[in-house]
Amino acid sequence: MMVAAFFDSIPAMILLTGVLVGAAAALPGVFLVLRGNAMLTDAISHSIVFGVIMVWLLTRELSGPVQLIGAGLTGVLTVALTEALTRTGLVRTDAAIGLVFSMLFAAGILLIAIFARQVHLHADTILLGEIGFVWMRTTPVMGIAVPVSVLMLGVVLVLNLAFVVLFWKELKLATFDPALAAALGFAPATLHYTLLTLTSVTAVAAFDAVGPVLFIAFVIVPPATALLMTRRLALIVPLAIALATLASVSGYVLADHWNVAIGGMMATMTGVLFVAVLSARALKRQLQHRRAVPDDPAPRP
Amino acid sequence: MLVDLLSSQIVRTVMLGAALVGGLSGMIGVFAVLRRQSLLSDTISHAALPGVCLGFLLVGGRDLGAVMGGALFTGMVAAMSVLAIGRLTPLKTDAQLGIVLSVYFAIGVVLLSVIQAMGGGSRVGIATFLFGQAAALSVHDVRILGAVFIVAALFLLTLWKEIKLVTFDPLTAEALGLPVRHIELGLTVLLALTIVAGLQMAGVVLMVAVLIAPAVAARQWVGNLGAMTIVSMLIGAFAGAGGALISATGRGLATGPIVVLLACAVVLISILAAPRRGLVWQALSAQLARRRISGDRVLLAMDRLATDHDNPAYPSEKGMLETMLGRPLPRVMRRLEASGLVRPVAHHPESSPHWVLTQAGRRRAEALRRTGHGPE
Repeated sequence: MMVAAFFDSIPAMILLTGVLVGAAAALPGVFLVLRGNAMLTDAISHSIVFGVIMVWLLTRELSGPVQLIGAGLTGVLTVALTEALTRTGLVRTDAAIGLVFSMLFAAGILLIAIFARQVHLHADTILLGEIGFVWMRTTPVMGIAVPVSVLMLGVVLVLNLAFVVLFWKELKLATFDPALAAALGFAPATLHYTLLTLTSVTAVAAFDAVGPVLFIAFVIVPPATALLMTRRLALIVPLAIALATLASVSGYVLADHWNVAIGGMMATMTGVLFVAVLSARALKRQLQHRRAVPDDPAPRP
Repeated sequence: MLVDLLSSQIVRTVMLGAALVGGLSGMIGVFAVLRRQSLLSDTISHAALPGVCLGFLLVGGRDLGAVMGGALFTGMVAAMSVLAIGRLTPLKTDAQLGIVLSVYFAIGVVLLSVIQAMGGGSRVGIATFLFGQAAALSVHDVRILGAVFIVAALFLLTLWKEIKLVTFDPLTAEALGLPVRHIELGLTVLLALTIVAGLQMAGVVLMVAVLIAPAVAARQWVGNLGAMTIVSMLIGAFAGAGGALISATGRGLATGPIVVLLACAVVLISILAAPRRGLVWQALSAQLARRRISGDRVLLAMDRLATDHDNPAYPSEKGMLETMLGRPLPRVMRRLEASGLVRPVAHHPESSPHWVLTQAGRRRAEALRRTGHGPE
């Protein structure tokens, strides 16, 4: 009974969605940030729009396993196209990334405008997501109506968690010493593609709630903030998840208080936490510096 | 239908505005691409969203001047934030960009919801900045865009030589005592100004493609900076005007995606078909080279046989040549016959095909031997 009441509560569902987005995104995010691939998230999450509309046109499904598979394929397609374009030697990597995702995003938006105007799909909703409405589409799980977004994000979170735990050693080595990882036969390229596929799958699960651009904030900002707080990988991951949770909860409270966009406020809070940690770090350094001076006076002539 | 559209004053205004934006993006995009600032451009354009909203809130409506002012402000603050994060933290460039891009955009989304909560007609005007709607351009707006275009062109023309050196070889520029930092700052301000000017047409999400696609396409056709800038401007203007025209045919299609798809089509064509650099051209010239080499190897083999037998008109047998070169040769022999380097002959009583070198074939074989090309 209590469980059903929990899933009936709109604020609880919005909060749960936000927390799930943050936790699911932070897991691949930590490794993308450490490997210097963070902007691939930008490319992937924009391209997902193309994947979502293509899958919808083919199957008329807006969520569920087909959408997750479609997202995985779109993510791999984006990265493969970017790499193919770079390999021709005619376009540099940064320009190739910008071109590929813009092309797929533009194609997706046009397809939506042409084929899907009457449906729930609307370009603005696609871009920004609507976390306030996730409770409206539910599916029964063991007799309880669970929001589709919560279910999808829950599945993806378990998937990401399993990947990170099972391949912890491999991920660690491939991130910090790709050459050694390759020499030991850890197939860093396969690991890289799996990571990007999981990022795409997470993006599509988070799609209804926060859209492609705010999703980038959840992937990059909490892991980057955690990275400023500790250098130990085993601490960075839980810390990033904690920061994302804090941002989601505080963002929801503030959005409710000021009556502004919930997803936008949650993503803004990831930035506020980043600035807070950055300032604390700078302050600490300054204090240490100041203390160091009297301890170590310059030798007088 | 098309004539109707083109004769409409509004459509012509909108197309002129879109062509100006496209041309401006093409011109400045060249430097963004060459200086590897594609992803910085993407960051600046996403970060312009809160500025657009601020401009909107300050004047209480969709005034392009105010919106551009606000967008330029937050765009520049965003660029400075990227630099500041780079200086204060060990985070890599892409994380710096990603943080600034997504957090500024998030602030924009919050401000957008504030504007939409105010209700009324205002929310329609502001949403067009997400995906771009060239149809919203007025004559007044086009004048502003024209002014930005002229400022950018004058800046480039006045400092052309200096900008060229800073773009390709900043170290030498510094050694020569040029104010490299100031020129780089000027280029970045110009980049932000261009992005901001393009937002109404292309929208915050797709502006980066309008900026870089014309330059990437132009690079395939020409190798000189001046020519590249002009070609890129033309491609940008074409994509802008074409996109505005297509989106004006109604059905409420946003301009940004159409302009981007047009520009990307030009990029694709350029990458495939451009002379010398294009993929088709590269494949063709590689095939020609392969053909020439296999022909040359046959000529040298026949020449060797003729020398060994002390008979310049020695008829080389098909199977023998194929054994010497290790592969079947029918197509190569046909091509050599067609270019008059070898001649088929009958060699009784054998029934298999034979060839002799013609005068021209002997000359070529001798030249190959002398210059040391081909197998010996």
